[in-house]
Amino acid sequence: MPDIKKIKDDYIDKLNMENNVDKVNKISIKIQEIETKEINLKLEKEKIDITLPERDIEIGKIHPVSQVIDEISSIFSEIGFSVEEGPDVENEYNNFTALNTPDNHPARDMHDTFYLDKNKELLLRTHTSPVQVRTMLKGKPPFKIIAPGRTYRSDSDQTHAPMFHQVEGLHIDKNINMGHLKGCLNYFIKEFFEVDKIKMRFRPSHFPFTEPSAEVDIGYEIRNGKIVIGEGDKWLEILGCGMVHPNVLKNVKVNPSKYQGYAFGIGIDRLGMLKYGINDLRAFFETDYRWLSHFGFDPLDVPSNYRGLSR
Amino acid sequence: MKFTVDWLKNHLDTKFNNSQIIDKLTNIGLEVESFESSISELDNFIVAKIINVKTHPNADRLKLCDVYIGSDKTIEVVCGAPNAKNGLLTVYAPPGTIIPKNQMKLSVSKIRGVTSYGMLCSESELLLSNESDGIIELKNNKYANKIGVKYFKSTSEKVIDLSITPNRPDCLGVRGIARDLSAAGAGKLTINKKSNLKYRGDQNINVTIKKEKVQGCTTFGSCLIKGVKNKESPKWLKDKIKSLGQKPISAIVDITNYVMFDLNRPLHAYDADKIDNEIIIRSSTKGESFEALDNKKYILENDMCVISDRSGVLGLGGIIGGTKSGTEYSTKNILLESAYFLPRSIRKTSKQLNIDTDAKFRFERGIDPLSIEEGLIKASELIKQICGGEISNLDIKKIENYKKKIINFEPSLFEKTTGFKVEKKELIKILDKLGFNVSKNKKFLKLVVPSWRPDITQPIDIVEEIVRIKGYEHINTSEPIKTRLKPTLNSYQKLFHFLQRSVASKGYLETVTWSFTDSKINQLFKENDEEIPIVNPISSDLNVLRNSIFPNLIFYLKKNLDRGIKDICLFEIGPAFKGKNPGDQLTVIGAVRAGKVSRLSWNDKERIVDTFDVKKDVIQSLYEAGIDKDDIIIDDKTPSYYHPGKSGGVYQNKNEKNAVAYFGEIHPNIIKKLDIKTEGLVIFEICLDYIKKSKQKIKDSKSEYKFSDFQKSERDFAFIINKNFKSQELVNIIKSVDDKLINSVRVFDVFEGENIPEGKKSIAVNVNIQSDKKTLNESDLDNINKLIISSVELKSGAKIRS
Repeated sequence: MPDIKKIKDDYIDKLNMENNVDKVNKISIKIQEIETKEINLKLEKEKIDITLPERDIEIGKIHPVSQVIDEISSIFSEIGFSVEEGPDVENEYNNFTALNTPDNHPARDMHDTFYLDKNKELLLRTHTSPVQVRTMLKGKPPFKIIAPGRTYRSDSDQTHAPMFHQVEGLHIDKNINMGHLKGCLNYFIKEFFEVDKIKMRFRPSHFPFTEPSAEVDIGYEIRNGKIVIGEGDKWLEILGCGMVHPNVLKNVKVNPSKYQGYAFGIGIDRLGMLKYGINDLRAFFETDYRWLSHFGFDPLDVPSNYRGLSR
Repeated sequence: MKFTVDWLKNHLDTKFNNSQIIDKLTNIGLEVESFESSISELDNFIVAKIINVKTHPNADRLKLCDVYIGSDKTIEVVCGAPNAKNGLLTVYAPPGTIIPKNQMKLSVSKIRGVTSYGMLCSESELLLSNESDGIIELKNNKYANKIGVKYFKSTSEKVIDLSITPNRPDCLGVRGIARDLSAAGAGKLTINKKSNLKYRGDQNINVTIKKEKVQGCTTFGSCLIKGVKNKESPKWLKDKIKSLGQKPISAIVDITNYVMFDLNRPLHAYDADKIDNEIIIRSSTKGESFEALDNKKYILENDMCVISDRSGVLGLGGIIGGTKSGTEYSTKNILLESAYFLPRSIRKTSKQLNIDTDAKFRFERGIDPLSIEEGLIKASELIKQICGGEISNLDIKKIENYKKKIINFEPSLFEKTTGFKVEKKELIKILDKLGFNVSKNKKFLKLVVPSWRPDITQPIDIVEEIVRIKGYEHINTSEPIKTRLKPTLNSYQKLFHFLQRSVASKGYLETVTWSFTDSKINQLFKENDEEIPIVNPISSDLNVLRNSIFPNLIFYLKKNLDRGIKDICLFEIGPAFKGKNPGDQLTVIGAVRAGKVSRLSWNDKERIVDTFDVKKDVIQSLYEAGIDKDDIIIDDKTPSYYHPGKSGGVYQNKNEKNAVAYFGEIHPNIIKKLDIKTEGLVIFEICLDYIKKSKQKIKDSKSEYKFSDFQKSERDFAFIINKNFKSQELVNIIKSVDDKLINSVRVFDVFEGENIPEGKKSIAVNVNIQSDKKTLNESDLDNINKLIISSVELKSGAKIRS
């Protein structure tokens, strides 16, 4: 096959040498026309059906519990708390005795405990409070921590699962009083539910490891069959808290005449259910692919203060 | 703890209405669970409307009525009433209802071959009149909008149900609740009137509290009541007992129960004629037994506190009485017991025998030790009033005296703890009303704690009492203190969050599964770890802590496959337990991937997921988490649940003991054993605890930006090499020839079979060569080529393919 480009170039070279500008221009224009035509013809042939589906999109999700833990951590991070952790298996001392819940105390009945040995020495922690004990034993005051994690109670029905999640909070310093506790939780609840106004009620209660103790209710109402948090005349209990009991401080080698402060425990799953309209606690742990896909969060939705907690 | 407002008003003089009382209870820490009418048998009857009447196919006189009962429900009832007609409003009784006239319980039944769900009622059936000819006709104007509503208004008084925290035994009696309310300004505690009970004679049954190593009883008070006539309780007493949700039994039993709920003072009544000579309070010996009032026979252990006579055990003190000495309608003479049992002893015994009674519940929390006489007197009065009889002098035996508890309270502690101030005067007033004996001192208040408050032992308890009664609404809301002591997350926690989202971003759905699992599935994944059984599992298929992250993931993967979902990517990040002690756990990411890639794709060929899909996911996640790419080494030794030939381990360094990750196909035996139906199943796991963080942090300055602009050359080589020789090693050999000049080595083809000798394979690699000092000329490149070939041939036994 003859080299068309070479023939063309040779021919144009020849014309240039003859100084036949006119002819050169004409030929150039003609060549351009032909090229354009060729391209257009080619483009027309290459037309595809652009509505055909793209390649598979891989959509992963973050579990609501993880998302809520990150939201909570982000909120408390704003006011200077750091995150601590503890093991799921605990000894009897850290879970109960150090927390002023001696053996043979009826308060232990409030926790249906899973045990790992016959002597009831080793157990699955029934709350995240043993992290308080561990944190204070290994450090020196002041303390300002939250501790999210798995907790276990041998209880199983529509509203209870044998495993659930709690976040513990602890702030110990020289002059921390109940006003600070109220302020901290007030701030947290507002931030978490992302509402300006929220009705909150502190109610006296009893936990062996805090004194005075309180339970906190938030106001809600049912609108169109859905729970709306904030206003309304109904109350929903969402957390327990109080001033750390002097006996607990003594047990962890903190001098209660010098240091004092508050602690709280919040049910993470429950908060998530309220915020995101999830009705069934047990569904959290049943790994239904459709449920995870529906209630899960995009991995890029990292809760943060400057970008907002949730989209 | 249940009671009616009426009952409360026996002890509290109050102007508060019901809802004010409810609010006050909540505000002082006595949580109101509910405030409802107690359930009555009449609650079942509801207003209903007949919307269609047909004749019964098998009986002329019967009709089939479609009855609308509210809430969009219509049911079919067979009815014989001549007045049943379309549009009639009447009274409907659903199955399960007891008809007042004949006390028969309705059931779903077939009447002449047609099923009838409940019945329509006549006035006579409801004992409203003798009218029995037809069903009740309700007036349209009054009842038309009440369909589905209860026909009988609840006549019973509303019952308050309190959830009493374990520190407040004193509020397990109505009087204690009234006292708390009065302290909070909700009224005045009534003054108990002096009893003018006349006693005659001595309590002549000898009572002994034996000296024991462990004696669970410290005081035993009693009196004899002779010549009683036990009977049904009067209506007022029955109503009280019923309002507690309990069944009236007989006047004597009801009275002892009434006093228990009224004063939180458990009592026990014995048929005195059934006692063999005397009462001995002693510790049991193993093997002794008795039949309790719950009709169960209990075999006792050592050291349980029993009330016995000469012939044996009569009852477990403070827990439950026995049938042998129980009162009956025929009982003539009663021995009434009012005692103090130690909480520890009660709790231990009841746990061992698994008994829960109202008395046990109270004693284990701590009864007022000074209420013994008060209880005897109040019950004796009522017994005399209702059953007659003569009351003996009270007999109180004790082995220990009650010691007063005194607390020196500095009022400043209150403000220090709560952040607000209460005037000393008000503070004293609150404590006084709660029953404290307050005397002022220069610096502090000297407080004598009331005997009914075993929970109060130190100054902080006093703070709680005051703030609770004063009201938590008085606590200020301070602005949060923003001081930070430490960064929010440590580097390990950052890694956790990063990897979690990194894996999710590769298309995996995160799940959270139980930390426990089925030992049978766990067995397949536990390797050499010890099994960690739960002593009291919630069910037999959640009976061990998971040794690996996979048992539950695989279990739920199967469930989802069985739901018909074919392509699944799941992961979980959480604990895997390696031992039963605290801290014997690792944080692991486990991921499973099943099905196909590009399923039903119009342009790509679909294929089953394979090991190199998960290899990519795991390696990419590790890179993203900051692990240096060049440090990673792949090995083929993996746990036994992986396919031995199609799986690998990822190490950060050559001599590392623990793999940071594994990936590959799951072992076919597991797929078979668990009956997993899928086209393909690959998994990976990353152990966060084994990841060594790179020393370089992002905030540290990045390494120098240095790239060569000299010409780059590419060369391809193909080697024939032993089949088992690992490509990773080949790459390393080539790189080591000159790591300054060789920029990258990439395997782009692997081939076995035709033209390749048995036991060998062909590997083709692309090598990128570039110097940062000069443009390499042909001879430089030739040299490198030769070096590459000779090194590979020497170190691997390969032959260059020509």
